[in-house]
Amino acid sequence: MRGGQVAARAPVIQFTNCRILRGGALLREDLWVRGGRILDPEKLFFEERRVADEQRDCGGCILAPGFIDVQINGGFGVDFSQASEDVGSGVALVARRILSHGVTSFCPTLVTSPLEVYHKVLPQIPVKSGGPHGAGVLGVHLEGPFISREKRGAHPEAHLRSFEADAFQDMLATYGGLDNVRIVTLAPELGHSHEVIRELTALGICVSLGHSVADLGTAEEAVQSGATFITHLFNAMLPFHHRDPGIVGLLTSDRLPAGRRIFYGMIADGIHTNPAALRIAHRAHPKGLVLVTDAVPALGLGNGRHTLGQQEVEVDGLTAYVAGTNTLSGSIAPMDTCVRHFLQATGCSVESALEAASLHPAQLLGLEKCKGTLDFGADADFVVLDDSLHVRATYISGELVWQAEEARP
Amino acid sequence: MTHISSSLQELRQREHTLPPHSLAVQENLSSLPGGECGVELQRADTVVKDTMKLIILDNYSQASEWAAKYIRNRIIQFNPGPDKYFTLGLPTGSTPLGCYKKLIEYYKNGDLSFKYVKTFNMDEYVGLPRDHPESYHSFMWNNFFKHIDIQPENTHILDGTAADLQAECDAFEEKIKAAGGTELFVGGIGPDGHIAFNEPGSSLVSRTRVKTLAMDTILANARFFDGDLAKVPTMALTVGVGTVMDAREVMILITGAHKAFALYKAIEEGVNHMWTVSAFQQHPRTVFVCDEDATLELKVKTVKYFKGLMLVHNKLVDPLYSIKEKEIEKSQSSKKPYSD
Repeated sequence: MRGGQVAARAPVIQFTNCRILRGGALLREDLWVRGGRILDPEKLFFEERRVADEQRDCGGCILAPGFIDVQINGGFGVDFSQASEDVGSGVALVARRILSHGVTSFCPTLVTSPLEVYHKVLPQIPVKSGGPHGAGVLGVHLEGPFISREKRGAHPEAHLRSFEADAFQDMLATYGGLDNVRIVTLAPELGHSHEVIRELTALGICVSLGHSVADLGTAEEAVQSGATFITHLFNAMLPFHHRDPGIVGLLTSDRLPAGRRIFYGMIADGIHTNPAALRIAHRAHPKGLVLVTDAVPALGLGNGRHTLGQQEVEVDGLTAYVAGTNTLSGSIAPMDTCVRHFLQATGCSVESALEAASLHPAQLLGLEKCKGTLDFGADADFVVLDDSLHVRATYISGELVWQAEEARP
Repeated sequence: MTHISSSLQELRQREHTLPPHSLAVQENLSSLPGGECGVELQRADTVVKDTMKLIILDNYSQASEWAAKYIRNRIIQFNPGPDKYFTLGLPTGSTPLGCYKKLIEYYKNGDLSFKYVKTFNMDEYVGLPRDHPESYHSFMWNNFFKHIDIQPENTHILDGTAADLQAECDAFEEKIKAAGGTELFVGGIGPDGHIAFNEPGSSLVSRTRVKTLAMDTILANARFFDGDLAKVPTMALTVGVGTVMDAREVMILITGAHKAFALYKAIEEGVNHMWTVSAFQQHPRTVFVCDEDATLELKVKTVKYFKGLMLVHNKLVDPLYSIKEKEIEKSQSSKKPYSD
């Protein structure tokens, strides 16, 4: 529990000899934690007249907010889109294993699936706080089935849907309810999409545009109706054209509602996007870039054949294809690999790379007060990184939940 | 004058043959020029009476380092403990930053501890929340307290948001008294010659109270508030001139050409409430630590005189004591009087 009085009696831990990411900069500051939250040491000193109960030397490492993955389809053999008998265990397994990638919160993602799968699986993936058992579940990301046939990518054609007349009810019936849902990816060119976007937005669900052939005008209208995210920019959408930039044009659109920022997911695994394209997007709109893994069940399993949704995939090194085709089938690069690749490909600052994996996804989901940040009062979910951004340790609520082998005593 | 200078020469030569740690030559400034030169041979590590030392270093960083070394030696030689705290008065502003950095370095190297040190800050703005980035609480936390091993309950800073400001000031005076008075009060000087926020016209026997800031001070502080005069606080709580005069020793840090005129007024002119630092001419034990630039308005004669004394004054910071080697140093100094 993180109640006030209980927290006040909890021990104060001071992480020393580190650089922390705060306010967009890496500061040579200590990180203070109490009761699972980041503590203001100045307030502790002057108001409570207390010092730390325990000091932990971080060996000069970087302390960054824990990474947040808003698009991950499974991993380690677990497929979120499969109506297995024990969905909960599968989610828990992935939640635990991604701790070593520095991910402290994530959105299990379901690709286009038949109704039965949604009805069975969704109720079994509740929102859950992270801890030693694994990264926290922020809610489910439903990628499909209301997407474009032409841009379905690896999604099974048989289960694609378009909206019926009573669009929102149709969607509710398809998913069987929207409890536990955090993000919905849809194609805005589908009829009746606007009322759906408005309803979802009103419910606090993030609407993302993807797997679509929408032109820029349609995309802008969708944003005006409430859409705030673009699913894996460049992939499964019309390519940028200088007279109709399509969804990609949202990055520099001047027709977005005032004060609204559009976020866009990017798979920075070195395969899904050419580094030059990654750089164009980053330079055009750096503050909206959200690193996602879009990882498939083959993540962490190695070469060979594995299952994704209703299809088979073939893994070869860092690449996964729909078996027997050249269609990419999601990435198997862990989040920390994506952060390192993004840093190297764009030449951006370490701070920017870290924010793309933590602060920006938190802002997308409206969680920036408690996640994706090391500001006072935020949840103490953070990752200890060396200078080359390899994960040395992961903390959730101020508790050590994973540690690299060499670091273990 | 030649009679005096030759006897001084003699004295200095004699000084070289004596155990370096045990003696220091002190001069009484008010005897210059023309009058008798009151010279006393004193022990540097005991309470010295009737001394004003003007320490002149080449630049800001050397001045900061000298001051830090002096504070370090004073604390260590005082040998504080759970029943005997070293009470230190502290300033804020850009002048003491270099000194604080060096003190932090000494702590980090294990040469100095603040465990048995109690601190009393000189002042705080009225109306600024404690966690405002420009409050003096924030300054002390960020530039000093958070880097050292001082106990929070041993730090005292006036609360500018107290409901009853004068009661807060009175309570502060009581706290100083309860702590046994101040052993060493470190301060700076404003361009208008003020000590703490004792603006021109302040009573020289004043105690801790609320003061309205002079325009000079508000202008000088504007740079910390985005250059916006409207944002600068207009009132502050401050220790009085009398409060600082009560300290057993006072050290004033003065660096930079913009402080030169104030230094001139403080030590070469008379005691005057328009230049409140001048009050320390009547304090039994004061050290002014300056850089070259701060002496630009002084008479060449004054500067040469005190620069000449640096050989002697440097004995106060050399040897530099450390809590690590304190026992070794002590025993060595009695066996081996010559360090060179």
